[in-house]
Amino acid sequence: MRVFVEGIGLCGPGLAGWEASRKVLTGAADYISAPTIVPPSTLLPANERRRAAQIVKIALAVGAEAFAASGRPAAETASVFSSSGGDGDTIHDILTVLASPERALSPTKFHNSVHNAASGYWSIATGAQAASTSLCGHDDSFAAGLLEAAVQVVTENQAVALIAYDVPYPAPLNEIRPITAPFGVAFLLAPEPRTSALASIEILLRPGPMAPSVMTDPALEALRTNIPAARALPVLAALAAWGEAEVVIDYLDDMSLVLRINPL
Amino acid sequence: MRFAPYPLAMRAMSVVTCLGDGQAAHVAALQEGRSGLAPCGFDTLPFPAYVGEVPGLDNDPLRGELAGFDCRNNRLAMRALDTDDFVSAVASAKDRYGAARIGVFLGTSTSGLLQTETAYRERDRATGLLPPSFDYARTHNTYALGAFVRQALGLAGPAFVVSTACAATSKVFGNAARMIAAGMCDAAIVGGADTLCATTLFGFQALGVMAEGPCRPFDTERSGISIGEAAGFVLLEWPRPGEGEILLLGVGESADAYHMSSPHPEGAGARLAMERALHAAGLRAADIDYINLHGTATLVGDAAEDCAVSGLFGTAQKCNSTKGYTGHTLGASGVVEAVFSALAIQNGFLPGSPHTQSVDPAFRSRYVLAPQAAQVNRVMSNSFGFGGVNCSLVLGRA
Repeated sequence: MRVFVEGIGLCGPGLAGWEASRKVLTGAADYISAPTIVPPSTLLPANERRRAAQIVKIALAVGAEAFAASGRPAAETASVFSSSGGDGDTIHDILTVLASPERALSPTKFHNSVHNAASGYWSIATGAQAASTSLCGHDDSFAAGLLEAAVQVVTENQAVALIAYDVPYPAPLNEIRPITAPFGVAFLLAPEPRTSALASIEILLRPGPMAPSVMTDPALEALRTNIPAARALPVLAALAAWGEAEVVIDYLDDMSLVLRINPL
Repeated sequence: MRFAPYPLAMRAMSVVTCLGDGQAAHVAALQEGRSGLAPCGFDTLPFPAYVGEVPGLDNDPLRGELAGFDCRNNRLAMRALDTDDFVSAVASAKDRYGAARIGVFLGTSTSGLLQTETAYRERDRATGLLPPSFDYARTHNTYALGAFVRQALGLAGPAFVVSTACAATSKVFGNAARMIAAGMCDAAIVGGADTLCATTLFGFQALGVMAEGPCRPFDTERSGISIGEAAGFVLLEWPRPGEGEILLLGVGESADAYHMSSPHPEGAGARLAMERALHAAGLRAADIDYINLHGTATLVGDAAEDCAVSGLFGTAQKCNSTKGYTGHTLGASGVVEAVFSALAIQNGFLPGSPHTQSVDPAFRSRYVLAPQAAQVNRVMSNSFGFGGVNCSLVLGRA
């Protein structure tokens, strides 16, 4: 399957946006670890901006960044949201209340706890009535989301925004499922090479495990292994390097995605 | 695009709800108009509620190699895999295509969350830690259901779990159709499971949309939902011409872009999903014989859907909701009602709407109250969810 990348969004620890992170991703500048700073959303009204969960903010931020340079309207674009754990803060709050004697849940927390909350807020914020899905593949949620997004591009012959994100759980879930930092990445993928396209990616689903592409910098490699959405880092590094490249991403225990990247 | 995604054959299907295990139990209950709802004995709720509980799950743990996946949701999924000869149909598909060429695209809203609720009550008093027996990846995580079914069936193709609230197991029909059309697999298991847990019981109560008695979809006196639990699976493959199989003819998906938990008042997003499903199937509204509504029995949800359905189909097309039989099985409702729709086509009947006594006089759609024999060739089945997600399926004969 061949898709064309029209826009990229990135927000992670020490990675403040796609353009600002390119030199770090290619190794031309040193990676300096820093807390993830989610830029204020241009999509949410001020009151929603304050109340929104961290996972919604990071998903909307990287999604908006991917659309910004493309000129494509988000309102008419299908989307695939992918996350390993969804909104761990809200789920923790609900579980804590349910373990208490009163068990009085907040209705807002309840509807925000769904795995597709970010997708719901995205569609409201952008006015998009296009199809939007939200999926999960545990550690391989990014690969699952990329596969679904690419399949939608080629079968529906339409642009699709892939928005993948994870945030750390609070204690005690973080002891069992340690996700080290908030991380979001977005790719706006299209079926044809418009002038705004940055690169083409040929995506192949291969049976059998292969050695996945890794990051040279140990700190970036630690992000890749510790945050499911950061499994996208080798793809971002290859796109940042702006040369032909082949990237391998693990998909479940017994398959791999092979990405052949060609800058345009 | 290599192929058009539709039609696909529903080669095998299985279903477990409070009505029983398997297709035959459901055909009988649906034709008799017999509801499976009962006063909630699942949890010590401080409010009255009816639920559609599947009996026997407490005493039926997963064993052997699958023991690590043990939780109510995966137990219920196992029950559905074990009914209707589903496993042997998958084995036959494996012989034809190979395990790596069969995808697994499932849906759930809460996965094994009940397990985590229990673990939070058993946190260590000194450290706050969860009990060591808690298995995050194989019970709590949304993908746990996918990992479980993939391992239980011995499959090695592409897989993920869609979690789009109450439209999850409807939307996976679209995922599977696209994956097959793009050549990522030759066949796919779709469906999923959702089980009773405190999060949804207390959550819907907090939202003020839980009925005190059994839910009464489209009734003047409707006061909210009854929650049910269910699992169902469908094996999708390219059709064999001339065999009269039940086909997936089209899927339509949309987003409301309106509110997180309230539908657009005129059902604009719902109508868009129905229109897109008809378009994907190459059909007109008049080609549909019966619409299986989402119809959860909330005040605003039923009103919005009535508006969307009567706007698109007019007032002559027969429709109703089967939530009065099973309760709202949340993330499982899409596949449950797809199977009910297929059973209606196969067995020539329309299900009734138990507990609904008199249809809201403000509604315009032609709501069927009692089960009846009918020639049914094409059905639309609607599923809508939090986040404003909408999905409609069109099923029919070749």
